[in-house]
Amino acid sequence: MPDPHRPRPGRAALWALPPVAALATVVLYPLALVVGQSLTPEDGGGPTTAPYTAVVTTAAFQDALVTTVLIAAGATLGALLLGLALSLVIAFVPFPGGKALARFIDLFLAFPSFLITLALLFLYGTAGIANGLWTDATGAAHGPLDFLHTPWGVLLAEVTYFTPFVMRPLLAAFAQVDTAQLEAAGSLGARPARIVRTVILPEALPALAAGGALVLVMSLNEFGIVLFTGAKNVVTLPVLVYSKAILDGDYTGACVVAVVNIALSAALYALYRTVTGRTRRTGRTAHPGRRRAARTAPAPVPATAAPGGASRARP
Amino acid sequence: MPAPTAAPAPARPAAPAAPPAPSGIRFDHVTVAHGRHGEHTVLDALDLTVEPGEVMALLGPSGSGKTTALRAVAGFVRPVSGRILIGGRDVTALPPHRRGIGMVVQQYALFPHMTVAGNVAFGLKAHRTPRADIPGRVAEALEMTGMAGHADRHPRELSGGQQQRVAIARALAIRPGVLLLDEPLSALDAQLRSGMLTELARLHRELPDVSLLYVTHDQVEALTLADRIAVLESARLRECGTPQQLYRAPRTAFTASFVGTANLLPVTVRGDGAVDFAGHPLAVPTGGAAPGATATLCLRPHLLTPQPGPGPRANTLRGTVTEVQWRGATHRLHLTAGGHRLLADLPELRAVPPCGTELALHFAPEDASLIPAGLAPDGPHDRPADGTDGGPHHA
Repeated sequence: MPDPHRPRPGRAALWALPPVAALATVVLYPLALVVGQSLTPEDGGGPTTAPYTAVVTTAAFQDALVTTVLIAAGATLGALLLGLALSLVIAFVPFPGGKALARFIDLFLAFPSFLITLALLFLYGTAGIANGLWTDATGAAHGPLDFLHTPWGVLLAEVTYFTPFVMRPLLAAFAQVDTAQLEAAGSLGARPARIVRTVILPEALPALAAGGALVLVMSLNEFGIVLFTGAKNVVTLPVLVYSKAILDGDYTGACVVAVVNIALSAALYALYRTVTGRTRRTGRTAHPGRRRAARTAPAPVPATAAPGGASRARP
Repeated sequence: MPAPTAAPAPARPAAPAAPPAPSGIRFDHVTVAHGRHGEHTVLDALDLTVEPGEVMALLGPSGSGKTTALRAVAGFVRPVSGRILIGGRDVTALPPHRRGIGMVVQQYALFPHMTVAGNVAFGLKAHRTPRADIPGRVAEALEMTGMAGHADRHPRELSGGQQQRVAIARALAIRPGVLLLDEPLSALDAQLRSGMLTELARLHRELPDVSLLYVTHDQVEALTLADRIAVLESARLRECGTPQQLYRAPRTAFTASFVGTANLLPVTVRGDGAVDFAGHPLAVPTGGAAPGATATLCLRPHLLTPQPGPGPRANTLRGTVTEVQWRGATHRLHLTAGGHRLLADLPELRAVPPCGTELALHFAPEDASLIPAGLAPDGPHDRPADGTDGGPHHA
């Protein structure tokens, strides 16, 4: 017998219409336009893959692809290592101001990426504070630090900016670790390093994967940091989209690069979903024990691929 | 992810058990305090010795300091003063991983991402046990706790009782001289708890050299398992003795009321070696108390019996029944006698006295004990645990 309280399928579809329509207008239609433009030759004519062939065979595109992947991978690795170390200290080593620092991580997530780059310029730029102190002390004409416009400068800025995106889900996961498990491990003779490696990390692995995937996807699409460091020789896919569309007026080429960038992000997101899905299936917690007092607010949604090529939609 | 893979080899006989080195525990004036300036004392100058191979129960209500004492032995809290010695070695400043103890807690604290075998092997790996010895040691510990058939399961696939057995196996696998148990049965239901108590007693018979420090608020667990019980209240040790001593001749009103159920009645010592309760003389051992001194008379409810016939008789309390509770094997009678509340547990009655009935209850002098300073509030003090009254079950 049908449930009288259950909405009829037709009515349920009506409720779904407004959000679907909004999504189509704001995201899907512009995306379709980009894909359509990428298949349209500059000299007109029907849809063809010729623009893809023309763009992906160029050295500029291939260099940009390699640079993008290397910087994204480096930034992800750096943010994971730094984020893990800082999160472990904040979560498990009581110190005055630890709570305030955890709150600051939340605030940091709201900062625009160019702000970090600007801060690094003030600190380590050729006319920055560090070089100023050096020239004042030694009387030299120039300071020793001159790396911000190199790939290493971009990497430093991205690691600095993206580390809190790893820390946030990690701190939430660490807050759920049962202190009794840590104490049991200690009483069984495990030193702190072994406890981190064999007890804490396996339990925090999904959060670590979520943070890493988020950073990887975001750094693939990062534009503001590369632009603000003024690293002219560092051309990533988003920068290539910008230069083709705005500087060269090559909209078809720009759309081709944008579509490749989106495909790369979507593929990585799919990989992340597969990996975390497998992690969830292979097992989680047994009996709820005494949890660590949460120092931080609930974690934000960990990883969502930011669609977009040249400009990234900030979550 | 590190995946502990040490699995027991069923076909392989367990490695011969090397008995742990006998280790006692000594609390030497141990004080633990919390707060920025140590203003909250949670354990106050505890002096206590657990002999090698002894089962010592720390019994007390919440906030009495019993878990703090155990955590101080484990190294999770640092005393502000005093010393803790394990096997004669001062471990006060040592981190937990260097103390060589086994620990079992209420919520099992198993590692959920490891199998049962992985959990049991954890301590062996941490102690750098030769790799070839680990499967045998794991199998031995699991065999001892009856979990040999569950080595490849994950904790989430086990019941609460099975998880606690694994936790015990994990603690015993490293062959500690001292095993700390922090309310290990509190998360189990009454039936499982009773079974696990028997298991723990059997384990200790098999490992007579292991000293057990057993924290509980459950008098039945303490009376059943312990060689001695240390009763704590408000961060201080109130009394320490064998279960029989504490049950039959408590020296403080708190112990009398916390270990078992007790009628605590205010009395005055008479010159003729008896005591006076509400104007009636009662012949009980006074232990040389001075005539005129006030004291508290401790009478266990199940040791009161109805007077068989009419007529005066020594050591009789006359009371009025105010409530009757049927408890299966017994009837519990609530009475008022001489203006004080009184409990009596009688074998199931054929004829239940209605409320308002006058009843004479008798007790043997040797079943009464006198607590010198009558500090306890009068009346019965009942701490039922799992529906039982904490009678002397010690074997």
